[in-house]
Amino acid sequence: MLRIHYFASVREAVGREREQIELPANVATVADLIHHLRAMDTGFERMLGEQERVLVAVNQAVAGDEAAVADGDEVAFFPPMSGG
Amino acid sequence: MPRISVQTEDFDLGAEYRRLCADAPGAGAVVTFCGLVREFHAADGADEVQELRLEHYPGMTENSIRAIVAQAEQRWDLLAVTVVHRVGVLRPGAQIVFAGVAGRHRGETFEAANFIMDFLKSEAPLWKKQTTRDGSEWVDIRDSDRKALLRWQAAGE
Repeated sequence: MLRIHYFASVREAVGREREQIELPANVATVADLIHHLRAMDTGFERMLGEQERVLVAVNQAVAGDEAAVADGDEVAFFPPMSGG
Repeated sequence: MPRISVQTEDFDLGAEYRRLCADAPGAGAVVTFCGLVREFHAADGADEVQELRLEHYPGMTENSIRAIVAQAEQRWDLLAVTVVHRVGVLRPGAQIVFAGVAGRHRGETFEAANFIMDFLKSEAPLWKKQTTRDGSEWVDIRDSDRKALLRWQAAGE
């Protein structure tokens, strides 16, 4: 299983806070996962079109497209931070 | 160990200052910074802010603040550090963030507090949504905040 979280404007655009999916056989990296989610879900595809920049975290650390994604991981999508 | 808290409750500046002093015997300087929710969205006084809603990524927010503080501790000789960040719905004028540093000397203690705030703004997973008369919108990181980070990179080389 893969736990996926969405935050802030990304959460609003996708239309949900979190979900769990079975790790698809062809997903080994962040780029693969994005490809999979785009194909599976029109909300995700629309979100990518609307957002200027989307960051990804794997197991709570910001990760690039080539970062590995494995069964049991927690992946999050969110816009650039604006705290402080 | 730094004290790091992400919380909905308000904080007491005096209590945080006293705790830093107690945790850092031998300190020669304590710098405290408190960020407030601005009353107006624009510099010209337009767009009165009605509320600010802060969202965070529980767990990652605390961990990334801890990592920022660890970087500051490597860079300067610090005796105690506290960071408190509020989340949830805040009104204009409310306290939103506290950064306190106890060190041996004024210069490095100010620098460290500034460093922590600069990185907190763009590396800790916190997001602000602002409501004005015109509606709600997510707040973008400012160009000035991005430039603030480049300054530390240049200084570290």
